[in-house]
Amino acid sequence: MNEKDLKALELDLLLESIQRRYGYDFRHYAQASLKRRVASMVNLLSLEHISEIIPQILRDDSVCNDFLRVMSITVTEMFRDPDFYALIRTKVVPYLKTYPALKIWHAGCATGEEVYSMAVILKEEGLYQRTQIYATDFNNESLDVAKAGIYPLDRMRLFMDNHNRSGTTSSLTEYYTADDDSARMSDALRENITFANHNLVTDGVFGEMNLILCRNVLIYFDKMLQNRVLNLFRDSLSHRGFLCLGSKESLEFSPVAQEFEAVSRHERIFQKRGLPKASSLAGGRGGD
Amino acid sequence: MIETVVIGVSAGGLKALTAILPSLPADFGLSLVILQHVRSGSGRFLCEHFNRICAIAVKDATDKAYLEQGTAYIAPAGYHLLVEDETTLALSTEPPVCFARPSIDVLFETAAEVFEDRVAGVILTGANSDGAQGLAAIKAAGGLAIVQDPKTAESPTMPRAAIKATKTDHILTLQEIAFFLCELSEAKGDLKSCTNPNGANNVV
Repeated sequence: MNEKDLKALELDLLLESIQRRYGYDFRHYAQASLKRRVASMVNLLSLEHISEIIPQILRDDSVCNDFLRVMSITVTEMFRDPDFYALIRTKVVPYLKTYPALKIWHAGCATGEEVYSMAVILKEEGLYQRTQIYATDFNNESLDVAKAGIYPLDRMRLFMDNHNRSGTTSSLTEYYTADDDSARMSDALRENITFANHNLVTDGVFGEMNLILCRNVLIYFDKMLQNRVLNLFRDSLSHRGFLCLGSKESLEFSPVAQEFEAVSRHERIFQKRGLPKASSLAGGRGGD
Repeated sequence: MIETVVIGVSAGGLKALTAILPSLPADFGLSLVILQHVRSGSGRFLCEHFNRICAIAVKDATDKAYLEQGTAYIAPAGYHLLVEDETTLALSTEPPVCFARPSIDVLFETAAEVFEDRVAGVILTGANSDGAQGLAAIKAAGGLAIVQDPKTAESPTMPRAAIKATKTDHILTLQEIAFFLCELSEAKGDLKSCTNPNGANNVV
């Protein structure tokens, strides 16, 4: 067996160990990023081979937490892709305004920057009071950061700049308090946000949503898992509910695509089609 | 047999790529992945610009995009671009590597991992040292390492760092790189049927 095959075997065994011991299932994560993260885990533990992680992680919860941390590290920003938020205001908000009560699910919210961005938009558009936001992630440490809503002050300049480009009517300074080196999101933004643990890989539907945001999470999954999660979103959306993906993510690899129409193809805002499906007689071809 | 070419470029990239990409024929037989450091949000311009002036198809590298021959994929701003497997690209929002996201090192290292000796890495003009490690990884996996001659680069830092980091196969001008890629495509990726793009400046 050559080195490459051996490494692949070690990786399979590690992922199987984690799944059977802790229930976290990374077996359908996208390979390239997964391999890099596992390599950094090998470094972190000062080991030489992937398989050496296995005895440690099986016996020691804290090693599993290290692994989850390594698997969760991403860097996002408030109002990432300002054009996306501008389109939410012009294309989605008018529709949402016709409902007396709203449920929004921010799936894979990581450290929460984009949850607070959406909360600011809802405040500005006068929708916040009627909205319940569910912000979920599989990693409790990330959720704790999201819940705290405290970000380095030196990031706020970028966040404010993004916010200004999102078609805003107010200043972001109204929504946080700053001290010497950090900014804390205001309680008024937090009021209607429920942070909760939910694993997109293994957990199911928990409510009927008017809007689901899942941005730059599917990029970490292989096509099979992407399809599974997109089905979960379809099943979690109300009639004519909206689905927002990251601006470089795609529905097109999933048969679910034909059940959505694009509100903005470029910013990946989709709306569940209203008509009853033309059944699956056509054999699942066609669509967008 | 080379199947794919990865190009990393930073400061001075628009001009450098404009000297290479329009020379490639519509039936270009390899896939191309291009990573130009850009400011967030300005990536789409590159794609539109090169589509107007190139015979090959130029596409935004979206998540899980299929790698096809005769197509150049441009890395979007604000994401790392990775080679997922032999037919697929992937994106990630992991932290910047050496202040860069996208990082040339990340692209080149994942390309080396997947394609081993079937990838050519090309480092062009740039004012940092991103890509040096990645090119070394390509070389270590048996791939081909090409660097723009620093003397002809608008910003020679990146080519110099790459040359320092690994045993480069070819150090060429932009025109020579364009010519070499065309020849490589005509030879269906077979390096043995390509003339060695020698010249006085091909000294490592």
